[in-house]
Amino acid sequence: VRKYSSAKGQRNIEKVLVANRGEIACRVMRTARKMGVKSVAVYSDADRNSIHVAMADEAYFIGPAPSQQSYLSMEKIMQVAKKSAAHAIHPGYGFLSENTEFAELCNKEGIIFIGPPSSAIRDMGIKSTSKAIMSAAGVPVVEGYHGEDQSDNCLEEQARRIGYPVMIKAVRGGGGKGMRIALSEKEFKEQLESARREAKKSFNDDAMLIEKFVDNPRHVEVQVFGDQHGNAVYLFERDCSVQRRHQKIIEEAPGPGIKPEIRRKLGEAAVRAAKAVNYVGAGTVEFIMDSEHNFYFMEMNTRLQVEHPVTEMITGTDLVEWQLKVASGEKIPLAQEEISLNGHAFEARIYAEDPNNNFMPGAGPLLHLSTPPSDSCTRIETGVRQGDEVSIYYDPMIAKLVVWAEDRQAALRKLRYCLRQYNIVGLSTNVDFLLDLSGHPEFEAGNVHTNFIPQHYDELFPPKEAISEVALCQAALGLILREKIVTDTFRMQSGDKFSPFASSSGRRINIPYIRNLTLLDGENKVNMTVTYNRDGSYDMQIQNKSFHVSGDLSSDGDLDCIRCSVNGVVHKSKVVILGDALHLFSPEGSEQIGLPVPKYLSGVGSVGDQGGAVAPMTGTIEKVFVKAGDKVQVGDPLMVMIAMKMEHTIRAPKAGIIKKVHYQEGSQANRHAPLVELVEEDSASE
Amino acid sequence: PGSRMELYLWPCLIYTHLTASVLHVIKICFWSQSMSLKSYLPKMLHMTYVPEISKKSFPRSPFLEFSQFAGYQLYGDEEVPAGGIITGIGRVSGVECLIIANDATVKGGTYYPITVKKHLRAQEIAMQNNLPCLYLVDSGGANLPRQAEVFPDRDHFGRIFYNQARMSSQRIPQIAVVMGSCTAGGAYVPAMADESIIVGKQGTIFLGGPPLVKAATGEEVSAEDLGGADLHCRKSGVTDHYALDDNHALHLARKVVRSLNYQKKVDVTIEPSEEPLFPADELYGIVGEQLKRNFDVREVIARLVDGSVEMFYAFIVRYMCNFLLFSFPPLGFARIFGYPVGIIGNNGVLFSESAKKGTHFIQLCCQRNIPIVFLQNITGFMVGKDYEAGGIAKDGAKMVTAVACANVPKITVLIGGSYGAGNYGMCGRAYSPRFLFMWPNARISVMGGEQAAMVLATIAKDRKAREGKQLTEEEEKTLKEPIIRRFEEEGSPYYSSARLWDDGIIDPADTRLVLGLSLSAALNAPTQKTEFGVFRM
Repeated sequence: VRKYSSAKGQRNIEKVLVANRGEIACRVMRTARKMGVKSVAVYSDADRNSIHVAMADEAYFIGPAPSQQSYLSMEKIMQVAKKSAAHAIHPGYGFLSENTEFAELCNKEGIIFIGPPSSAIRDMGIKSTSKAIMSAAGVPVVEGYHGEDQSDNCLEEQARRIGYPVMIKAVRGGGGKGMRIALSEKEFKEQLESARREAKKSFNDDAMLIEKFVDNPRHVEVQVFGDQHGNAVYLFERDCSVQRRHQKIIEEAPGPGIKPEIRRKLGEAAVRAAKAVNYVGAGTVEFIMDSEHNFYFMEMNTRLQVEHPVTEMITGTDLVEWQLKVASGEKIPLAQEEISLNGHAFEARIYAEDPNNNFMPGAGPLLHLSTPPSDSCTRIETGVRQGDEVSIYYDPMIAKLVVWAEDRQAALRKLRYCLRQYNIVGLSTNVDFLLDLSGHPEFEAGNVHTNFIPQHYDELFPPKEAISEVALCQAALGLILREKIVTDTFRMQSGDKFSPFASSSGRRINIPYIRNLTLLDGENKVNMTVTYNRDGSYDMQIQNKSFHVSGDLSSDGDLDCIRCSVNGVVHKSKVVILGDALHLFSPEGSEQIGLPVPKYLSGVGSVGDQGGAVAPMTGTIEKVFVKAGDKVQVGDPLMVMIAMKMEHTIRAPKAGIIKKVHYQEGSQANRHAPLVELVEEDSASE
Repeated sequence: PGSRMELYLWPCLIYTHLTASVLHVIKICFWSQSMSLKSYLPKMLHMTYVPEISKKSFPRSPFLEFSQFAGYQLYGDEEVPAGGIITGIGRVSGVECLIIANDATVKGGTYYPITVKKHLRAQEIAMQNNLPCLYLVDSGGANLPRQAEVFPDRDHFGRIFYNQARMSSQRIPQIAVVMGSCTAGGAYVPAMADESIIVGKQGTIFLGGPPLVKAATGEEVSAEDLGGADLHCRKSGVTDHYALDDNHALHLARKVVRSLNYQKKVDVTIEPSEEPLFPADELYGIVGEQLKRNFDVREVIARLVDGSVEMFYAFIVRYMCNFLLFSFPPLGFARIFGYPVGIIGNNGVLFSESAKKGTHFIQLCCQRNIPIVFLQNITGFMVGKDYEAGGIAKDGAKMVTAVACANVPKITVLIGGSYGAGNYGMCGRAYSPRFLFMWPNARISVMGGEQAAMVLATIAKDRKAREGKQLTEEEEKTLKEPIIRRFEEEGSPYYSSARLWDDGIIDPADTRLVLGLSLSAALNAPTQKTEFGVFRM
């Protein structure tokens, strides 16, 4: 028999089901464990061995990897809730967190939904409604069209009325999905179509709203909290301005350069907004802020957000604990006056993506993963460990690195220090980009806005420099010392352990051993000659420069740390040798140095000129624009692919004639699979 | 002192010092590294234990190279660096192999007499120590102008193939890698091998090259069509593996070695290896330049053997007290790189007691199956009326008998003088030590130059005296001087090494390593039981 309520009208939560995965599931379970609340995990095929399953007190399988059939399946989750006798469901963020139907279903089944009432989700989820409510509650809003008439003509006319540039947004959208910017009337139609397509796919609703697009705005959001007793407080603002692909990448609290006066106004506006919808639980009121610090209501997110830790760090709170308490009917633990702001916190989101390729999301194995040590001022929020795979089915976020210090400068310094220790091998990540970004003088000065990355593009994406000779020397030493370990391992297994032949000293009689070593800096071959000195040091020569190199390697599991002296200067770095590459992580940054594979081992399957367009990643072909025989120009859209929950337009790499289309709409294409065969016009006519 | 240090630090420097032939020395350095321009050997020596590693990273095995000075000043103006052939022992795929590589940059890889000698010596090492042989062939065959010194005799060119066949019959694998041309006699190396590899569009094998074919039959044919990789792998079956390039060939060779199912069975006890208590560099100071200034071989031993010298002294210390007066040869047991060794050293002259003790010790080593290291610094057996009467000849003979019959691995290093019968008793070249090396300061001859000059001068004096004349001081000097000079020249390690009277000149500081490598190699062969001859008592 489930306890519905205690004597005081409160409902005790003894067991919570976490209807999510990855870092947020782990985050919720950590607090649950702290509070003595049992946790129940659910998992899909792709997550059998994930941390959140291991962390939970109980775990239930809910179906195949695609989220529609697992984490988004309300019935399956509800079944698990009943079977496990969970008192409450924590939806995390994403998935079912802002799903009205699910909140209602929980209500109906007598299970606490840890979140706001379904009415608040509905009202805030529909952008047009939310703006109307906020306008009425005296919260400033941005001009826009939130009407019923969704005809192309009407929307276009409204866009003209508001004035370009305008933003086209899915009414039920969020997280940057179903959102497009039209800079001029000319591109309005194409952007509208694209937004609708994505919205339809993501939310099954392609209703759009049009908004004035504020140029270079800041994205400032206020954390609010409401309880069932009609109380609401704010926990100050976060600045999430720096974004790529309309998604946040680095967040901080409090907002830089925001005066206490403005801070209070922001907070009070946010509380008004929350109260206007009788908000219960954790919520975020997003504003856009112009350069004069005027702010306008954008939307309210009725969930615990990804970036909530920065607020926790500056207020010394545990928002998940608050959520659980409030959901069980308690009052908000602190009154507004008791909430104080202390220090400064940053959060950097570490993603599997390729910043140099338009931040294309990636997936793959985390062959090597080492993180900075966590402490009270450094949090590593992650749901993966070394050996796990970043799945193509879910968000490619690997971790959130959260740091706190007394002031912004100190926190930023710490962020960069920790980022350098966040070393990942196996897939492309944005760690180096985050380092460049957080080290940019304008970012340090706090001059952030949503257009930050395009504005500072050249500095953030400097042309790739040649790998420094010092780094090459370290790599060569790492390679040599690693060989030594391999030799020693073999030696210790043999019956003839101490034979001097069983060493990798390369010793020769009367002559030094000189080894020719070729490393790859991207495509460029770097030839080195390494002289093995008798005292165990090495003389390395790169072109005409000589380096005296010595050092040692300490191995901790498969993590090699080398201490390398190059011409008397000692460097400390981590070396990871995997596949055909050596990864060097040092305080100066990370380098990937290729190890050439002999011709006879590399096989014949080299990637030549594809003569067409290739799939940038594994995904589903959503739309095909061309057919065999079509003439295309450079940049013409050929196909639309849905992968990693994002829409990618595949464009013609060169002008020519389509000879063959390899994929149909709805079919699955593997990474690097040629999608079409494209021949240049001349050769086609031959 | 610094200057002396430098002198010994680099044998090549001494070389320069002695011959002033700087260019030659520099060349030798390059040649020896050689594998030369084609850099075969360093690649060959990449050890590959597991396939994953073999792809990119190859642990580098030490390489015990032999006779780098072979052929030095042997053919007048004709220089044959390192004898035109590189030989040595390295680990390939975890197996200690004997590697013989022709250096085609030297006279087209043709065989000079010294080349043949070096090749045969390397094969002898392989036979004695049970080491698989890898032939990296790139040779034009016998050197035609010197065919008389290369072709007809027992230890000439034909012996190479005789050895290949015999070794194969003794289950010592013979693997050939054809990296260049194998003409005439050279063609038999891959053909006689158990398994052979050839590099496509580069290696050729034929008994008669295109010019000879044209001369003999008038047939015109390209080298590739006559004996290229394609022909030999597809049609003739002379070779087994087709390699795309040199690196591929060496990779295949490593794979072949891995497939030998070769297991080194060490039949001695092994202990963890320790560095010596004293640094090897101090040897330069101990040995010095002056041969006549004696040094205590125990100072040398303390810088060669594992850990402490206590272990070494343990056996001899009680005898030392009694026999110190007789310059008793320091001998005892120790370990080098964890391998047990019996060490016999000298501090100059050998007496009857020394010879008897030495004989006893050799018997002991054979009984216990312990390899013996001889450190020669010997002026000879003591001469004089009392000693002859005491039977020094028969006592010396006991030691020579023991040395000759001992079947445990014997390794000899000439660290000083090696004169007269002392050379025999201390396992000179004639006593088939598995390996014999020389320090740059060593001297080898039947007696010292001055003594020889004195002997000859005395004979001349006596002859004159019989004729009633007297040898003037001036005459005596002109008589002695060329003899001294000749002994000095012919007793030099470079003269010796050029003629392959040893397996190479080594840096004193490398001695421990060289001994360790030699022991490791020697222990590939199971030790035969020793049967001693008759000792004259």
